[in-house]
Amino acid sequence: MSVEKGREITISVLKFNPRSAVSKPHYVDYKLEETPGMTLFIALMKIREEYDPDLSFDFVCRAGICGSCGMVVNGKPALACRTLIANYPEGKLTLLPMPAFELIKDLSVNTGKWMDAMSKRVESWIVDNGEETDIAKMEERVDPDIADQTFELDRCIECGICVASCGTMLMRPNFVGPVGMNRVARFEVDPHDKRTAEDFYELIGDDDGIFGCMSLLACEDHCPKHLPLQNKIAYLRRKLVALR
Amino acid sequence: MKINYCDALVIGGGLAGLRAGVAAQKKGLSTIVLSLVPVKRSHSAAAQGGMQASLGNSKMSDGDNEDLHFADTVKGSDWGCDQDVARMFVHTAPKAIRELASWGVPWTRVREGSREAVINAKKTTITEDADRHGLIMSRDFGGTKKWRTCYTADATGHTMLFGVANEALKHDVDIRDRKEALSLIHEDGRCYGSIVRDLITGELEAYVAKGTCIATGGYGRVFKQTTNAVICEGIGAAIALETGVATLGNMEAVQFHPTPIVPSGILLTEGCRGDGGILRDVDGHRFMPDYEPEKKELASRDVVSRRMIEHIRNGKGVPSPYGDHIWLDISILGREHIEKNLRDVQEICQIFNGIDPADEGKKGWAPVLPMQHYSMGGIRTKPTGESQNLSGLFACGEAACWDMHGFNRLGGNSVSETVVAGMIIGNYFADYCLANDVTIPTATVQKALDKQDAYLDEILAYNGTEDIFRIKNRMQNLMDQKVGIFRDGTGLAEAVDELEELLKKTKQINVKSKERVGNPELEEAYRVPRMLKVALCVAKGGRERTESRGAHYREDYLKRDDANWLNRTLTSWPSEDDTQPTVTYEDLDIMTMEMPPAFRGYGAKGMIIENELSAKRQEEVDTLKEKMEAEGKDRHEIQDALMPFSLPMNYKEKNERAGDK
Repeated sequence: MSVEKGREITISVLKFNPRSAVSKPHYVDYKLEETPGMTLFIALMKIREEYDPDLSFDFVCRAGICGSCGMVVNGKPALACRTLIANYPEGKLTLLPMPAFELIKDLSVNTGKWMDAMSKRVESWIVDNGEETDIAKMEERVDPDIADQTFELDRCIECGICVASCGTMLMRPNFVGPVGMNRVARFEVDPHDKRTAEDFYELIGDDDGIFGCMSLLACEDHCPKHLPLQNKIAYLRRKLVALR
Repeated sequence: MKINYCDALVIGGGLAGLRAGVAAQKKGLSTIVLSLVPVKRSHSAAAQGGMQASLGNSKMSDGDNEDLHFADTVKGSDWGCDQDVARMFVHTAPKAIRELASWGVPWTRVREGSREAVINAKKTTITEDADRHGLIMSRDFGGTKKWRTCYTADATGHTMLFGVANEALKHDVDIRDRKEALSLIHEDGRCYGSIVRDLITGELEAYVAKGTCIATGGYGRVFKQTTNAVICEGIGAAIALETGVATLGNMEAVQFHPTPIVPSGILLTEGCRGDGGILRDVDGHRFMPDYEPEKKELASRDVVSRRMIEHIRNGKGVPSPYGDHIWLDISILGREHIEKNLRDVQEICQIFNGIDPADEGKKGWAPVLPMQHYSMGGIRTKPTGESQNLSGLFACGEAACWDMHGFNRLGGNSVSETVVAGMIIGNYFADYCLANDVTIPTATVQKALDKQDAYLDEILAYNGTEDIFRIKNRMQNLMDQKVGIFRDGTGLAEAVDELEELLKKTKQINVKSKERVGNPELEEAYRVPRMLKVALCVAKGGRERTESRGAHYREDYLKRDDANWLNRTLTSWPSEDDTQPTVTYEDLDIMTMEMPPAFRGYGAKGMIIENELSAKRQEEVDTLKEKMEAEGKDRHEIQDALMPFSLPMNYKEKNERAGDK
């Protein structure tokens, strides 16, 4: 092990418990020594274990796969598990919970509730003609390119970072968000889904859907999975506007 | 007291739990799935490499079938598995994958024509037939005869999880997240549901159901170095253990994966090696062929992990601030392949280690070291998934010891098990719920809830000097050091003693904040004692088992001992005041096996203490096979004569294949 001391970093966290009668939003600064390869996952776990066992935040996979740990880091929403402290030369990180979602406590927000509602709203599942598939028989063939295209859009991890980045969300609380539109784009490509453009129009063909987007591009800028959100939103908008 | 009634209660919202939930809901039962986290964040999402199912679509998997998958699984298990269950599994897996395809999982598909692949570090051309174009593709994984692992790039678990979760939403399964089961409600040998804590409000609620199915995943977090998500703490197994009635099976069977990246422990999928990646030592030398000339990097995981550590012990590890490691080289696969099929692997290397694994030569090599990965042990069940002792309690997925993995599981068989067990056990579970009523007085429910309520108050009132985080860290380090890849009697005995001490110390802690809501330290304080009980089952089971089988490797007992240890370890916790589990055994019956114990085909030869019944049964099997073949019977009829098995629904139907004659 290297004996060289790491630099001192400051992690400033907005703490607030909306379920407490006495809690008020306030910042707490934690100073700790940086270790090689330290991510916000490592730093926050250390803070909880050594300085503040009361600090609330969410991690599951700690590998950028599950989308649990979205938070606002120095003004930008990001996955905390993939945020390397070394990328912040000033050594100070200010952490806030993501906006647009219900606050649970401190850095923890209720993305699950929001995403379930979104999924139900855009009917985020295969809508077929109602026939049961005989699973003992050969599977339906899918062109490998189409399967790849579907997969590209299926990579969304519902971290909520696009939602927290979205200007329209701030003005329209019922906005379906980039994640919802991406979901529609995903099922539109999937040959198993028998819905038509008209069916999708019914779901998102209004100002709370595809026509509400202001094309500010922050969703795509911040998406940790690099999904082509703006392209897909523009494509859907052209396709759906042509229907009316 | 708030009581939530439903027909079918599923605890755990990963692939297994959600699929079981769909099965119950589809049979018309009101079904609730409880999950610690939003279900699409479950650890199932982390499965990168793929799902084994013997479709036999692509060139390299042509001719695959259930028999080959069965044989690989039994060998992989080092003959520790339940062969009935393995048969049920391999027969349903092709159906599961086809069902998932119809639910929208965008499996990577076969493309007709030629492509380059790396096999045994050499570029090879594979040509796919035109009549297979568009069928589900598969890749190579360790310990399998054919390329059988179906995949979506390296995000298989993610796409499967979203497919199944979306299907659950479609069928209106009542999914409730941020809910933690604290105990099971049970009386007179029957389970009636669970006492549950809402992780947002802190409120305790009772869930009363006709049947309860635990699908909470593995217990990797009792170890320090693990590929598991932070929620994989084995609590589902622990609350089953704490009933004092249900038992846990084979808890000492813990798998270590060869290639998590150092130091974060994030997994680089077996797909890396399956696609042709190789392991190198400090000199850049590819060492696996020296140890395993036949299967090389693609021997089973237990074997590869041990060979790596062995090679490091021989002084060939790469020194680093985090200890010695081995290199994983996938650069030989070419940038194009990596950027398409191993993109998450590339991202993990880039983000967490600043390496681009597509860079040629040493620059692109990733530091890897075996770490805890999978829990073969879990809640012991019958082939229907029901607990052997506690009626109405079912378990499926990694939380269960349904036991198709025995003492080592093959890559691609776990994510496959989640949905296959979800289908099979989910249906048996639903049938149980249809056939049984709830007959429990609310006073019994109230008592179970009051007990958990009082326990939380008791924890907050502890006034000792110990720290729950330190106890947890000590447990994790101890498990790594003494209950790891290489084990011996002395280390295991020390581990059992110290874990017992740590369990006692969990009552001598002091929780700083006395809040009942939003208090992470309180949550640790009630979880860690349960984790310690699980850890004690692992360590004590390991201490008693004086042989090496699959992933359980004793340096003081190097041979697999079929004469004395062809059995399953059962651990129970009969009294709350106990500080150690009670260990008993369940024998495996060679004379009913379709495949009696033999050499696995990889690892060292001659390391078996034979059971005399193996040869006897083998002769029986051979004679019957020969006779039936002479009579012109097909492989299905022969299999049925050797070891008949049953399945729910129409899952017993034959699987159609492109290669059918």
